[in-house]
Amino acid sequence: MSLTLLNVIIAVVIAIAFAALNAAYLVWAERRGAARIQRRPGPNINGPFGLLQPPLDGIKLMAKQLIIPGGVDKILFIAAPVLAMFPAIMSFVTIPFSDTIVAKNMDVGILMIFAFASMGGMSLLFAGWSSRNKYAMMSSIRAVSQAVAYEIPMLITTITVVMIAGSMNLMEIVHQQSSSILHWNIFPLLGNSHNLLMPFSFLIFFVCTLAETNRAPFDLGEAESELVAGFHTEYGSMGFGLFFMGEYANIVIGSCMTTILFLGGWGCPFGLFPGVWWFLLKLYILIATIIWIRWTFPRTTIYGLLNLSWKILIPLSLFNLLFTAGLIKVF
Amino acid sequence: MSSPIQLQPDETFVLNVGPQHPATHGVLRVKMEMNGEYIVNAETVIGYIHRMHEKMGENKTYPQYLMNLSRMDYLGAMGYSHGHVLVVEKASGIEVPERAEYIRAIMVELNRISSHLFWFGAFVMDLGGFSPLMYALQDREHILDMLEAVTGSRLTYCYFRFGGLYNDVDDEFVDAARRFIPRMRKSLIKYEKLVTGNIIFRKRLEGNALLSKETCRKYGATSAVARGSGINYDVRKNEPYSVYPEFDFDVPVYHEGDSLARYMVRMDEIEQSLRIIEQGLDKLPDGPIMPAKKPKLIKPPAGDYYQAVETARGNFGVRLVSDGTKIPYRLKLRSPTFSNMHLFDETCRGMMIMDALAFMGSLDLVIPEIDR
Repeated sequence: MSLTLLNVIIAVVIAIAFAALNAAYLVWAERRGAARIQRRPGPNINGPFGLLQPPLDGIKLMAKQLIIPGGVDKILFIAAPVLAMFPAIMSFVTIPFSDTIVAKNMDVGILMIFAFASMGGMSLLFAGWSSRNKYAMMSSIRAVSQAVAYEIPMLITTITVVMIAGSMNLMEIVHQQSSSILHWNIFPLLGNSHNLLMPFSFLIFFVCTLAETNRAPFDLGEAESELVAGFHTEYGSMGFGLFFMGEYANIVIGSCMTTILFLGGWGCPFGLFPGVWWFLLKLYILIATIIWIRWTFPRTTIYGLLNLSWKILIPLSLFNLLFTAGLIKVF
Repeated sequence: MSSPIQLQPDETFVLNVGPQHPATHGVLRVKMEMNGEYIVNAETVIGYIHRMHEKMGENKTYPQYLMNLSRMDYLGAMGYSHGHVLVVEKASGIEVPERAEYIRAIMVELNRISSHLFWFGAFVMDLGGFSPLMYALQDREHILDMLEAVTGSRLTYCYFRFGGLYNDVDDEFVDAARRFIPRMRKSLIKYEKLVTGNIIFRKRLEGNALLSKETCRKYGATSAVARGSGINYDVRKNEPYSVYPEFDFDVPVYHEGDSLARYMVRMDEIEQSLRIIEQGLDKLPDGPIMPAKKPKLIKPPAGDYYQAVETARGNFGVRLVSDGTKIPYRLKLRSPTFSNMHLFDETCRGMMIMDALAFMGSLDLVIPEIDR
C-alpha cells in the first residue's frame, strides 16, 4: 500500500515537473519560433540559444511585487491564476506517454481530462470577474462563451473516437491503433474505424483545441489590440506568470489528446526508437503547428468564432457522430 | 457580418479607450458608451499631444519653421514639408530648378511607400496578425536607409529648402532606388498572398464600416478613405503641383466603401508610387538643386496663399497669410487625418468593439498630425 502511494506521489511530481518544464520552455520555443518566422533573432543572450531565458523570466516575475488592485474580489483574484495552472497539471497524471510511462491509468481518463479542461474556463471567468476592470470583464465573457461553444464539438468528436474504440481508457485507445501507421484513427480505411470522415474529425478536434486553449486565431480572450491584455490585464508578478504557463500547459494537454486520439499515441511507424520518443515527436510537431498558426493568421471576430462553432462545427460533428454510429452498426 | 442588436440605452457603460491603448496607435482617446460588446455612442477626444505648431508658425521666421512640418506626421514627413515649401515658394515667387522638383517627387513617393508599409503592418497587427508588421518594417528599412544617406535623418526629415533641396542625390541613391523597386514589387506579391488572400482577414474586413460618398464628403475625408468609397479625388491629379503632371500614374479607386476597399487602395497606391519613382529616376534631369540666386531673406508680399498636396494620409493644405514681414501672420494647417478621424464617431455606432477598432485601423490615424 505504502509502495503504491509512493509510486503515485513520484508519478505526480514527475507530471508536475513535466508540465512546468514544458510550459516554461514552450514560452522560449514560441518566442524563438516567432522570431524565426519574423526574421529576427529572438531571445539569444542568456545561455546557449537563450535557453536560460525561461528560468530568468521566472525569477524576474517572482521578484516583482504582487499588486492586488483596490476593490477587487481578493479570494477569486488570487484563486484564478492557481486555477489556470492546476487543472492542466492534474490532467498530465492520466496521460500515457508509452505503455509503461503513465502516472495513473484510469478507465475514464478522457472524462477526467475534459472535466479538468472545463475548469480552465472557470479560471478565466474568475480572473475577469474579480479584476474590477471593464476590459477584463469583457474578455472573460468572451472566454466563457467561447469555451461553451467549443467544448460541444470537441466532446462530440471525442465521443466518435470513444465509440470506435469502445473504451474511455486512453491506454486502450492507443493500443487499438498500434498495429501500423495506417491503423491510426486519423486514417480512414485500415483502422478499426472504417470511417471516411476521420480526417475531418481530426480537423474539428484540432480547431477546437486551438479555441479551447485560447490560441490564435481564436485568442479573443486576450485580444491585445482591443482588450489591452484581456482577463489578465490587472495581473502582474507570478499571477501573470501562472496564466502564461497555464496557457502553454493547456496547449500540451490539447496536443497530447490529439496525439492519443488520432495519431496513434506512442505507436511507432517504423520502430526506430522507443515509443515514448514517437509520442513526444508527434506532440511537438503539433505544438509547432500551433505556434506556426499563431504567428501567421490574424484573429477572428467573436461572432465569426461563435458562428464557426454553432453553425459549422457542431452540425458537422453531429453528422459525423451519426455516420460513425451507422458504420459501426453495419460493420 | 453582425447586424446591430436592439440597443437599450439604460443598460450601457462607458469604456474609456485610450489615451494609452494599443489600438489607438498614439494618444487618441475614445469614450465609448457600450452595451456589452456593442458601441452605442463614441466620442473621440483629441488634444493629448497638442504642440501648438500653428501658433509656432506665427512666431518663427519661415526657415525656422521649416523643421516643424516634419514633426507633424512622423511617418510621412516629406509630404508635409513639401506642402509648406510649395506655399512659401508660391508666395515669394521663388523658382525651383527642375532637378530639385524631380528629387522632391521621388522623395515624397518613397516616404509615402514607407508610411503605407508601416500602416499596413500596424493595421494587420490591429487584426491580430503579428508577422506582417515585421516584413513591412524590413521593406521600410530599405527606404529609410536610402533617405538617411541623402537627407541625414530617418524619420523627421528637414530636406526641402525654399527654392530647392538641402543635398543632391548621388549615384548610390539612384542605384539603391532602382534596386528597391523590383524588391518592393516582389514584397507586394508576398503581402497579397499572406494577408490579402487570407480568409480570416477578408471576412473581417468585407462589409466592415461601410462609408458612403456622402459621409466622406460631409466630413471632408480624403486619401484612401474617400477613394475606398468611390470618390476619385487625388490632389496630384485634380490640382496638380510640382512635376506630378509629367508622371503617368493611376489613382486607385474602389467603390465598396468598406475597410477592405480602404486597404486595397493603399496597397495599390504603393504600386503607383513605385511607378512614379521609376519614371522620376528615368527622367531625372541634370542641373542645380538650388536656384542660382539663393533666397536669403524670405519675405512674401502681403497676401493670402494656399497650397494643397497629397500626403500619405490625404489632402494636406497650408494656408499662409502674410503681412509682408519675415514672420507669417497666420499659418493654417489643414491636416487630413483630422477630417478622416471624425468619421469614426458617427460610423462606429452599433458596431462591435473589434469591428470598430479594425475600422479605426483602416483610417490610418497618426495622432500627432491631428493634434498638431
